[in-house]
Amino acid sequence: MAETAHEPDDPRRAHHDMGGVPRYLCEAIDTEPHRLTEFDREVDALRQMLALKGLMTVDELRRGIEEIPEAEYHRLTYYERWIRSMTANLLRKGVIGEAELRASLPGETP
Amino acid sequence: MTLAPGTAVRVRDSWPEAEGPAHIRTPHYLRGRNGTVMRLLGSFPNPEDIAFARPAPLRELYHVAFRPAELWPGGGGDELLVEIYEHWLEEPR
Amino acid sequence: MNLAAEDGRALLAAVTALLGEKGLVSPAEIAERIAVTETASPAQGARMVAKAWTDPAYRALMLADGTAAAEAMGAFMRGSPPLGVLADEPGLHHVVVCTLCSCYPRAVLGYPPFWFKSTGYRARTVRDPRGVLAEWGTILPDATRIRVVDSTADYRWMVLPERPAGTEGWPEEALAGLVRASDMIGVTLPAAG
Repeated sequence: MAETAHEPDDPRRAHHDMGGVPRYLCEAIDTEPHRLTEFDREVDALRQMLALKGLMTVDELRRGIEEIPEAEYHRLTYYERWIRSMTANLLRKGVIGEAELRASLPGETP
Repeated sequence: MTLAPGTAVRVRDSWPEAEGPAHIRTPHYLRGRNGTVMRLLGSFPNPEDIAFARPAPLRELYHVAFRPAELWPGGGGDELLVEIYEHWLEEPR
Repeated sequence: MNLAAEDGRALLAAVTALLGEKGLVSPAEIAERIAVTETASPAQGARMVAKAWTDPAYRALMLADGTAAAEAMGAFMRGSPPLGVLADEPGLHHVVVCTLCSCYPRAVLGYPPFWFKSTGYRARTVRDPRGVLAEWGTILPDATRIRVVDSTADYRWMVLPERPAGTEGWPEEALAGLVRASDMIGVTLPAAG
């Protein structure tokens, strides 16, 4: 598919919307199984609990993931994106406050 | 009005994500493209609204077939099936 | 607050602690949810495939109503999106991708694999399915049509592959042992022995 190398990308496209995008067509696929980490499992389970408790829908999760800037989106792992979206959603809805979140993070001065 | 299997449709050539915050389940590569309704899958609350915690009206969801050769000359598989909501479908031009 | 710059593990710990303090989500609920989630695995989907290979009535149910077919085999489907089943047949092969995120039939296949969530898989499968299948060493005859299913919305899709040659008379359990998650997404084909 060498003829696609210089094909223009549509600037109106959102960065997560990557079906058929020319610049990724030569990207190899890592077909090896990867084990989930404890962090991955906890984020996944917390996401489900937020849905079950009516605190965040899957669509809100996706919207929050899509709002992560492109460079960060590609740098972060799958569940690293999730925890950022979940946190952003909880802050936006006022379920948690920014001040208390900062106070709970290590190295942050209250 | 429910679309019957075999109905020719066009995906709206609309780009809300370029104009402001939006959450869209219609892939960019289908905008403005012609397809054929395969079947109605059901009705679901519009995710474009759920994503913003707005009241979400039910929308019909269709499985629509596209010809990859029309999307990507020289590439693609032989057939492509994608779920598209009714409000993204219009009459073909 | 720039959340992208924060450490993910620190965010998880802080959010979990705050939700616990507020009485919204407890650590015990998260642990229980992990345990429930891990009961879903590709073995569930594999049992459905094996039954469909041996029981025409079950196959018909699976194609008509994947959710009901999954429930009939003991899968927990409440709260999950409807399940659609794509049946391969001679000359027609299905492969599933989600180009927008990573929609995956978790209720019957468990956690999505790493590759399913990767940029390469999401970008390439709709456009170069033969090239993607070749990454697994899967080469289909030129005459076989490939139908790509981009899972974009409120359904989840699994592939019902064709029963491999050389499995005549095999019991369901042995057949199920041949079927992997990658076979039920369509990047590989189950084979006997």
